[in-house]
Amino acid sequence: MLSVLVTLWGTFLHLFQRNVTVAYPEEMPYLAPRYRGRIVLTRDPDGEERCVSCYLCAVACPVDCISLQKAEIEGRWYPEFFRINFSRCIFCGFCEEACPTYAIQLTPDFEMSEYDRRNLVYEKEDLLISGTGKYPDYNFYRVSGAAIPGKDKGEAERERKPIDTRSLLP
Amino acid sequence: MSAEGAIVAGLLNIVLGLAVLMAAAALLTWIERRLLGVWQDRPGPNRAGPFGVLQVVADGIKLLFKQDWIPPFADPVVFVLAPAIAMVTVMLAVAVVPATPAIGIIADLNIGLLFFLAMSGLGVYSVVLAGWASNNKFSLLGGMRAAAQMVSYEVFMGLSVVGVVMLAGSFNLLEIVRGQQHMWYVVPQFLGFVVFFIGGIAETHRLPFDLPEGENELGAGFHTEYSGMKFGMFFLGEYIGIIVVSAMTTVLFLGGWYGPVLPPVLWFGIKTGFLVAFFILLRAALPRPRYDQFMSFGWKLMLPLTLLNILATGAVMLAATSI
Amino acid sequence: MTNFIVDGRVLTAKAGENLLQACLGAGLDLPYFCWHPALGSVGACRQCAVRQYDGVEDTTGRLVMACMTPIAEGARFSITDPATAAFRAGIIEWLMVNHPHDCPVCEEGGECHLQDMTVMTGHAYRRYRFTKRTHRNQDLGPFIKHEMNRCIACYRCVRFYRDYAGGRDLDVFGAHDHVYFGRHDDGTLESEFSGNLVEVCPTGVFTDKPFSAHYARKWDMRGAPSICAHCGVGCNTIANERAGQLRRVVNRYSNAVNGHFLCDRGRFGYGFVNASERVRVATVRGTDGERVEVEREAAVARFAEMLRGAAMVVGIGSPRASLESNFALRTLVGAAHFYPGVAAREAALLRLVADSLASGAVHVASLREAEHADAVLLLGSDLPNAAPRAALAVRQTVRAAGAAMAASARIPAWHDLAVRNFAGETRSPLFIATPAATRLDDIAQGQLRAAPVDIARLGFAVAARIDPTAPAVADLAPELDALAATIAQALLAAERPLVVSGVEAGEESVIRAAVNVAVALRGQGRNVGLMLNVPECNSLGLALMAEADDRSLETALAARAALVITLETDIGRCVPGARLDAALAGARLVVLDHSEGATTRRAELVLPAASFAEASGTLVNAEGRAQRFYPPIVTAGEGREAWRWLAAAGRAAGRTNFSGWDTEDNVLAEIARTVPRFAAVPDVAPPEGFRIKGLRIASEPHRFSGRTAMDAAHDIREPKPPVSADSPFSATMEGYQGKPPPALLPLLRAPGWNSNQSLHRFQAEIEGPLTGGDPGVRLLEVRDGAAPDWHTAIPEAFAPREDMWHAVMLPRVFGDEEQSARAAPIRARMTPAAIALNAADAARLGAAAGRVIACEIDGEIVLLPLEIRAELPRGVAGVSGLAAMAYALPSWIRIAAASEVAL
Repeated sequence: MLSVLVTLWGTFLHLFQRNVTVAYPEEMPYLAPRYRGRIVLTRDPDGEERCVSCYLCAVACPVDCISLQKAEIEGRWYPEFFRINFSRCIFCGFCEEACPTYAIQLTPDFEMSEYDRRNLVYEKEDLLISGTGKYPDYNFYRVSGAAIPGKDKGEAERERKPIDTRSLLP
Repeated sequence: MSAEGAIVAGLLNIVLGLAVLMAAAALLTWIERRLLGVWQDRPGPNRAGPFGVLQVVADGIKLLFKQDWIPPFADPVVFVLAPAIAMVTVMLAVAVVPATPAIGIIADLNIGLLFFLAMSGLGVYSVVLAGWASNNKFSLLGGMRAAAQMVSYEVFMGLSVVGVVMLAGSFNLLEIVRGQQHMWYVVPQFLGFVVFFIGGIAETHRLPFDLPEGENELGAGFHTEYSGMKFGMFFLGEYIGIIVVSAMTTVLFLGGWYGPVLPPVLWFGIKTGFLVAFFILLRAALPRPRYDQFMSFGWKLMLPLTLLNILATGAVMLAATSI
Repeated sequence: MTNFIVDGRVLTAKAGENLLQACLGAGLDLPYFCWHPALGSVGACRQCAVRQYDGVEDTTGRLVMACMTPIAEGARFSITDPATAAFRAGIIEWLMVNHPHDCPVCEEGGECHLQDMTVMTGHAYRRYRFTKRTHRNQDLGPFIKHEMNRCIACYRCVRFYRDYAGGRDLDVFGAHDHVYFGRHDDGTLESEFSGNLVEVCPTGVFTDKPFSAHYARKWDMRGAPSICAHCGVGCNTIANERAGQLRRVVNRYSNAVNGHFLCDRGRFGYGFVNASERVRVATVRGTDGERVEVEREAAVARFAEMLRGAAMVVGIGSPRASLESNFALRTLVGAAHFYPGVAAREAALLRLVADSLASGAVHVASLREAEHADAVLLLGSDLPNAAPRAALAVRQTVRAAGAAMAASARIPAWHDLAVRNFAGETRSPLFIATPAATRLDDIAQGQLRAAPVDIARLGFAVAARIDPTAPAVADLAPELDALAATIAQALLAAERPLVVSGVEAGEESVIRAAVNVAVALRGQGRNVGLMLNVPECNSLGLALMAEADDRSLETALAARAALVITLETDIGRCVPGARLDAALAGARLVVLDHSEGATTRRAELVLPAASFAEASGTLVNAEGRAQRFYPPIVTAGEGREAWRWLAAAGRAAGRTNFSGWDTEDNVLAEIARTVPRFAAVPDVAPPEGFRIKGLRIASEPHRFSGRTAMDAAHDIREPKPPVSADSPFSATMEGYQGKPPPALLPLLRAPGWNSNQSLHRFQAEIEGPLTGGDPGVRLLEVRDGAAPDWHTAIPEAFAPREDMWHAVMLPRVFGDEEQSARAAPIRARMTPAAIALNAADAARLGAAAGRVIACEIDGEIVLLPLEIRAELPRGVAGVSGLAAMAYALPSWIRIAAASEVAL
């Protein structure tokens, strides 16, 4: 019974506290850089698409709102199309967690309301940005052993030159 | 005053009284949300009109223009009747509440208090019939709960005012108020005051005693199937109920219109408003008890306390008269 | 049965199993790489280490490799022992030292045995901080992608490619840390089994190149149990779909048929499903000669109107259409007007094959039984080109003698390297008699290069040697007689002899001879198997359904019907254009097919019949095994099973015999009622109403992605997925995800085992049938009462002619089969058409290799470049790459060196 009174008093005292909510949109709230809002596709430091179309974001997505198709130019994988249906997205950030190349990132932007659901389907042109996002340095192909135009076998980080199979020297 | 004049004055009184009451109840929906906001550190509805006060109008328009829908599986006659009963009984209860000796609809009924209890007792029918007519398991459960709850709490709500009646020696509410000219009955009848107020909360099934509409287990309880203005009538009934219970508490325990300096009607308004605000604070602060806890609270704690109160009042009065 | 103990649990092993097999069979998780159920153990990778204890008192134990450990009664082992687990984790860590950190761009990712095993051992963090060894890749042709950096040197690829499949051009090079698995130089992998490297390799060194071009992860594709439609073997496959496109075909284990392996034609021949020349909507030829697309109802109405108006309707069935569709056509036109869609010569051969197999006089060998034969006679059939998977089974037979030797020396059969070393060059007898060299010659004990009639004579002579009551061959050349004696002796000495021939032999006498040999061996009490290959996936089904008379495409056209309905058969491929025009003059033509061809261009009404990837149906393979296939593509638009079009048209035309034809189960029941031979066909697979725990079987993996985004670009609404009325599959991942009955296996995956190595979770025993038995029902079983009935029509010996050459068809793996020839990777492997002569004949003709030769085949002049093939018999010309002229061969043709014409 006493606890009821304590609770009532405690609640009553909130009369004298400041509101925690802000009057959006007159007053814009602060969003942390790691806020999970609109999803973007970033580019690596060389300005190339980071997405290698590995499908891990799609499979991590709990609402299955990511769809893409792999394409390839001389060993370099990229998405032929990359589609996010934001009318289904729950902004959980699993896709960002799953991405092995830091390509897909969530941004502090949530202002994407539309009157027509179809406008919430974002294609690669809508998603791809020009920068590196939160991870300025990472470049997947510099680390991985795959050969791409401009980076031959043995030229990735911590790689030796390709071996000569016809040599029996140790 | 001629007979015609009396009728005109009476009608005016009724019309004005109802208008004020309806307006107050409607406004209360906004006040409640603003107050809840304050106690929850947020603004509450503040967009429609100055301070969001036109939210009331917006809600009203919305409710009025919603499709008047009766589910095909419902009992249509009873389904329509139930919200009407909810409105009518609380509004009838208002009739006997004297704001001042002059202001009040038919303030001078010599069984005013009994009339009030009778009306709140009739209110049970609205929820029971609504739950039954909806023909839906959640509604029926909500209705059953409401019936059990209101019947139970009515018992000691009625008993809790017996002390007041004993002190005042009358069921006439004006007489009861006048009996408090020197001391509010809340002082000798504190126990009665507490029990009456708790019973009032239960009668209006407001949080924390809103088990008939417990959202987490029953959807919306007895009014699950209601929408549009029929829902609005339940809604308004609930808010008028809050006002009536607060006003009755003022009349019975807080000295009615008596108070220094300010005009009587204002005093009455202040006291009632305070209690209304307390209703809202309860909603902001307290969680809903489990149904069995709630029932045993009523029967095992409230009822004995009430009986004790009557016994003690009787004993004290006997002692006082014999001395 | 041997009892043994692993970590306190008492398990049982089958006799002859090694510890790894027994543990996997018991459902334990034990990582491994180099062991493969079909390739045996070599103990190379050290990954399956377990601890063996000498007794209850022994608490120290010692590390042993499970795949190299036979199981003694009561032996005690531990898998979970911490030191042993640490050893296995260490092995993985070493294997991963040079692994290139490219899983995101690896086609194997998500179904990678190396990924699974790495997770299973718990190696999660990389400690190695030094540099990685790298390799250059090779271009291995249109089928296989090469990424040597990923190699973990398990040697599975060369063991499969060289030891198992007999390929020569893939090998291991270099030494120590530098070992390199590839060709000596860039170039196309020659073996027709190269595609299996994709499934054999535990990681992504060899990946599927055509699949990579429209890649999707394993978890993102709907699967359906399918049957390969590219030859008569009937290999079980899983066809994978995503976004309405057939993405790939992979092996589906069947103990009785294809085991673990497919040929490249079956694996890479699916491209026609996605091709632009598909018939997608019904078309009607207007009065102006242009084809106009019409709605489904209009097409059916038109078809019905044509049916009602025609005095006589002829239906031409197809060896590549399902039993259901052929039967629907037969029902529509009546058995009297139903003709097989094959040329007269092939029709006669098929009839002979069907009669021989259905006679019950001799056991029809399954591929698995063929694999275990210990003496083989191959008569007239170039099996490696006609039915490669069957040839792979025949290749395994020669190991029987060595395996028997090893067994007698108590070397367990799974001890692959030891068995091979012990066997050395010991091989079971394999005799090959064909006009031209075959790719099985390297392991053959005896070969005969002769004209088909001489091959038949040899066969008859062998039969006569085995059983003197068999008709003898008059005037047999002494060397043939000696060879016949050798063969007869070898076959008689064998316990499980096998006789192989097929329609590709071209001569009925060759098949008759093969049947005689088999019957003779059975008469001698041998456990003989007969394998008669047929060219198409349902050739035998069609032959078993047709009435036993001389029906063929030619007789169908000669019937001069007012309305001709062709079912999934391009008659323009078998009948030259002018003759076809003449035959069809005055007749209206309805074509049901999945691809445009010479016939659709002539048709008045073309109806889009679904391909194997969009329809379900039943096929009968060369073994007489009826098997069901199911569609992975469930949104096929207008295309539907041909039998549905035919039944709809029949109903619209007022035929009453199509009343119950709304589900495939009903059609199958109707077939079983009408054709006694097919009485067992409804039992081939569970019916449509089959449910497990009340659920349909999920056709998509549980992690199928992109459901709410795939179609969002053109339709934001998400319509309800289609529900099949013909199969117990659900179109989505919603449904039963556990182990389905074997005929309904849509994908191979078990918890912790995402690659196809999860197979052991679906098998009743390792290398045994799938849990629940092998899918399919054998329709033709040997009957004891069936009296041997000798074929007596022995042909005259071959005599070369001065002015003419006896042209025989030399089949090609890639290109001869109509449907797969539309697939781009198969086209890339097709060799141009050619005519081959031996050197002496070429000299007589005065032409050198490469010279263009004018050949007059069936009254048409065909220009072909000359090839010299030394082994060809005199007077015999081998024609290859001319599948469209197959109906005319073998026959006597005139050839002449053409003037210098550039082809």
